Amino acid sequence: MEKNTNQLPKKSILSAQIDLSKFSPATEDEKKQQDVMSESTTFFKDGMRKLFKNPLAVLSIVLLCIILLTIIVAPMVVPYGYSEMLSIEGKRDKTAKNLPPFTYSENEQEYIAQGNKRFPHIFGTDDLCRDYFIRVIYGTRISLLVGFFASIIVLIIGLLYGSISGYLGGKVDLIMMRIVDIIYSLPDMLIIILLSVVLNEALKFPTGTIFAQLGTNMISIFIVFGLLYWVSMARLIRGQILSIKENEYILAAKSIGAKPSRIIRKHIIPNCLSVIIISTALQIPSAIFTESYLSFVGLGVKVPMPSLGSLANAAREGLQSYPYKLVFPAIMICLIVLSLNLLGDGLRDAFDPKLKR
Amino acid sequence: MSEHLLEVKNLKEYFSVRNGVGKTLPLKAVDDVSFTIEKGETLGLVGESGCGKTTVGRTILRLYKPTGGQVLFKGEEVNDKNIGHMRKKMQMVFQDPYSSLDPRMTVEDIIGEPLDVHKLYANRKERRDKILELMSFVGLNAEHATRYAHEFSGGQRQRIGIARALAVNPEFIVCDEPVSALDVSIQAQVINMFEELQEKLGVAYLFIAHDLLVVHHISKRIAVMYLGKIVEIADADELNEQPIHPYTQSLLSAVPIPDPDVTRSRKRIVLEGDVPSPLNMPSGCPFRTRCRYATEQCAKEMPTLTDRGNGHQVACWNK
Amino acid sequence: MSEYLLSVQDLHTSFFTDSGEVQAVNGVSFNLNPGEILGIVGESGSGKSVTAYSIMQILADTGRVVSGRVLYKGQDLAQWSEKQMRGFRGKSCSIIFQDPMTSLNPVFTIGNQIGEAIRLHTDKKGPEVKARAIELLELVGINEPEKRIKQYPYELSGGMRQRVMIAMALACEPDILIADEPTTALDVTIQAQILELMQDLQHKLGMAVIMVTHDLGVIADMCDNIIVMYGGRICERGTASEIFYNPRHEYTKGLLRSIPNVNNMKKRLEPIEGTPINMLNLPKGCAFCTRCNAAMKICLTERPEEITINENHKASCWVNVRDQLMQKGGQENE
Repeated sequence: MEKNTNQLPKKSILSAQIDLSKFSPATEDEKKQQDVMSESTTFFKDGMRKLFKNPLAVLSIVLLCIILLTIIVAPMVVPYGYSEMLSIEGKRDKTAKNLPPFTYSENEQEYIAQGNKRFPHIFGTDDLCRDYFIRVIYGTRISLLVGFFASIIVLIIGLLYGSISGYLGGKVDLIMMRIVDIIYSLPDMLIIILLSVVLNEALKFPTGTIFAQLGTNMISIFIVFGLLYWVSMARLIRGQILSIKENEYILAAKSIGAKPSRIIRKHIIPNCLSVIIISTALQIPSAIFTESYLSFVGLGVKVPMPSLGSLANAAREGLQSYPYKLVFPAIMICLIVLSLNLLGDGLRDAFDPKLKR
Repeated sequence: MSEHLLEVKNLKEYFSVRNGVGKTLPLKAVDDVSFTIEKGETLGLVGESGCGKTTVGRTILRLYKPTGGQVLFKGEEVNDKNIGHMRKKMQMVFQDPYSSLDPRMTVEDIIGEPLDVHKLYANRKERRDKILELMSFVGLNAEHATRYAHEFSGGQRQRIGIARALAVNPEFIVCDEPVSALDVSIQAQVINMFEELQEKLGVAYLFIAHDLLVVHHISKRIAVMYLGKIVEIADADELNEQPIHPYTQSLLSAVPIPDPDVTRSRKRIVLEGDVPSPLNMPSGCPFRTRCRYATEQCAKEMPTLTDRGNGHQVACWNK
Repeated sequence: MSEYLLSVQDLHTSFFTDSGEVQAVNGVSFNLNPGEILGIVGESGSGKSVTAYSIMQILADTGRVVSGRVLYKGQDLAQWSEKQMRGFRGKSCSIIFQDPMTSLNPVFTIGNQIGEAIRLHTDKKGPEVKARAIELLELVGINEPEKRIKQYPYELSGGMRQRVMIAMALACEPDILIADEPTTALDVTIQAQILELMQDLQHKLGMAVIMVTHDLGVIADMCDNIIVMYGGRICERGTASEIFYNPRHEYTKGLLRSIPNVNNMKKRLEPIEGTPINMLNLPKGCAFCTRCNAAMKICLTERPEEITINENHKASCWVNVRDQLMQKGGQENE
C-alpha cells in the first residue's frame, strides 16, 4: 500500500479535511532539519557559562576585582606611605593622631585654609599619625599575597606528592600516605610558633630586600604552609588520580600502546585539573585566615609592615574610643574570605564533573 | 601446518584478592583457557558476569600480565618486549562508550591518539586526513571532529571507539561487550558496522558479550565460559541448535526471545541457585553445584574439552 | 462506570536542567486494570522510567509533573498530602529498581530492612514483624529465611538481592507493583529466575504489574498489554500479540526488525538509522520523524493523533492515517 503514495485518488483530497500533499514522503534534508544537535561547547566554556549564571559567584568576582583594583591603584593615588607619619611641608603633624574617618587635623585645617589642597584621610589616622586607609590597603596586599603564594606552594608540593603516590600505587603509595598521616597529626599552631621563634634567630635577611620587609615571621608562615598544609591537597589529588585510573579510557590508552608519561600528561592531569583549580581557590581564603590569625596573636608580619591581622590586633587597644580601626580591617578580611569562598563554591558547582546535571 | 591468526594456549590469569582479615587469596579469573581464531573470523565469547570473559580479552592484549600460558599471534609469542609492536596488530573496543573516551579530548584527538603513539603520519595534514578517513569509515561526519565525546549518543561514541581501534590497521580486534550498553535500535547499527568492516578489512574479532542472540548473529564460532573455564566451543548455529553442555542448554533456554508465542510456549531450564564465588570455587567441574546431571566424578575432576565431531568441543563428563 | 485501578491522564513531566527544559514525558495517558501486567518499553530517554516515577511522585529534584493527572481508584493523587502519598507508596503501590546493589542500605540487615517496610505500613510489632519478614522471604524463594534475615546485603548475590527487593515491595501486598528494569543488571540465568518468580507471584497475589524495560524479550515473556514509548510519547499500545505480530507504528516495526532472531541470523540486521533524538530539541511533529524511513511532510510538522487500529490496538502514526484515507478514497473511486 505504501507504494501507492503518489497515486492518491484525487477525490479523497476533497472528501478528507486534511491536505493530502502533506502525506508525500519527506526528503532527507527536511528530516535533518528537525534533528538538531546541541550547540558544541567545550568543557571550559560550559563551566564558564554556568559560573556566570551563579549570581553569588558573579558578585564575588566583581567584589574581588574591585578589591584588586583598589589595592593596585590606591597607593598611586593616595600621597601617603604606609609607614609615613603625616607631615605638612616637612614638619611633622602631631595633631593628626587618631583622627576619625574623613576629618583633618588642626594643622591640616589651617593648611587648607591657606588655600592648599590636602588628600582626605578616608579611614582616619592611627595613633602614630599614619594614614589608616593606606595601611589597610597595604595590609590587604600582604594578606592576599600570603594567601596566593601559600596556596601555590601547597599546590605544587601536593600535586607532585599526590600524583606520584596515586599513579605508582602499591607499596610506594602506602608509605607515602603514612607519612602524610604523621604530618596530619602534628598540631600546626605549635609548629608555627616554634618555627617562627627558631627562624627568627636563624634567618637574617639583608635589609631592604622584600624578605626583610616581610620579616621572618612571614617567611616562617610560608615554610609552615609548605610543610604542613599540602597534606590535604596531596590526599585529594591522590584520591582523584586513583579514581581516574579506574576509567576505561586509561585502559584504552594503554591498549593503544601509550607510555605512562603520556597517560599522565594527556589523560590524568587534564581530568583532575578542575578539582585542582577548585581546591586551590578554596585554599587561598584559608591561608589568608591563618595569616590574619597569626598576625593577630603577634606572629605575623614585622612592624611597620601592616597586615589585616596585625592592624586588627593594634586596634584592640583603643577599641572603645576608636572602634573604626578594628572595623575596617575586619570588614576587609570578611569580604576577601567570603568572596573567595563563594567563588570557590561557584567554581566547584560549575566545573566539578560529578555535579553535572 | 597452517598457522592460526591467534592462538591462546592454556591461558591463566589469577588475581590476588585480600579478604577482610588481610589474607591474600587467589582469584582464578581465567583458568586454563585455550582457543584459536583464524584470519577474518569472529569468535564469540559468552558467559555471565564474573566468568572471566573480559579478563581473557584484556590478557590477550597484555593489559594484564598472564599468570600462565601463552598467546601466539601469527605464531609469534606475545610478550612484554614485542607488545608495543603487537598493539599495532591487535586492538580493543571497550564496553562502556561513556568511560572509555577521555572527556577532555576532542574526537579528533581520541582517534588520533594511536597515530600519535605509533607515529603513523608525516605531518599534520596527513594526520588529519587519516582521522577524517577513519571517521567516514565508521559513519561519523567530518564536522564532528572538533566536538567532545560527551556531546554524542552512546552509539556514536562506540563508533568513535571503533575508529580509534581501527586507526593502526589491526588484524585482530577484541570487542569487549561493545553493544551491551547501547539501545536496541542502535545495537543493530553497530553490529552491522562490525560485519561490514570485517568484510572490507578482513579483520578478525574476539566478540565478547553476554547477549547470546547478538553473539550468534555476528560469530562464526562461539565459546561459552563459566567461572574462568571454557565449557563448550562450537560452530554458532550448531551451538544454538544442539547445545551439549548443560550450562549452555540452560543459558540458551533462559534468553528471552522477543516473540510472545515462542517464548511463552517453550520450556525453560531455570538453573537453581547462584554462580559460586570465584574465591571459593567448587572442586572439579565448577558448574556441578547447579547442574542437574552432576555425579561424583564431577566433584573429583574437571573434565577437559573433548571433540564431539565437527570441531564441537565440550567439557562435560556426562553429556 | 468501570473504574480503573490506575489511570494516567495526559501526563507531562519535565526536568529543568542548566541547559534548558527537558520534556521527558510529553502527554502520556494509560489505564491499568486490577491484575493486569502492563509493559512499558522504550529506549533510554524515552520517558518510560520517568512515567513510573511520576506516578509514585519520586522524581529527582529538578523534575516536576507539569500537567496531567494520575488517578488511583478514581482519586487524584496530586490532591493528596505528602503524608497520604507516603501511605500510597509501599502500601498501594510499590516499586522495584534496576540496581539491586544500590537500592538496599548496606548498613542494615535484610530482616531489618524488610521489617521497616512492614512496620511503616502495618501495625505489626516485634515477633510478628519477624514472622512476616520470614514469610515474605519464603514467598520470593529464598531458602533458609531465618538465617538470611540476619545477613547484610553484601553477603547476598545480585539475584538474591533482587528477591529481597521484591519481598520488600510486596510487604504490604500492594495493588500495583512497578518494576523498573528489574532484570537489566542481572545475568541471563538469574534473569530467568526472577521473571519466573514475578509471574508466579503475580498469579498468587493478583496485583497489577507495570513492567518498565527496554528488553523486548522480557516484555514478550511477561506482559498482557504493551505500551511502546519514544521521545516521551506513546507510539503504540496494544496486546502483546498485536504489538509483536501486527506493529503499526514505524518505530515499533523498526525495533522488531533490528533485533537478531532466528530468522535473520544469516542476514544483515535492519537497524533504525540515525541517532536518538535530542530531548532538549524535540521535533515539532512526530518524535520519531527524524529516523523514520516512511516519514512524510506532515510527520515533521504535526503530532500524530492516536488512532484505533482495532479494539486491542492503538497507534500514533501518520502512516496509518494515510492508509485509512487511501482506503476510503479507493472505495469512493470505485
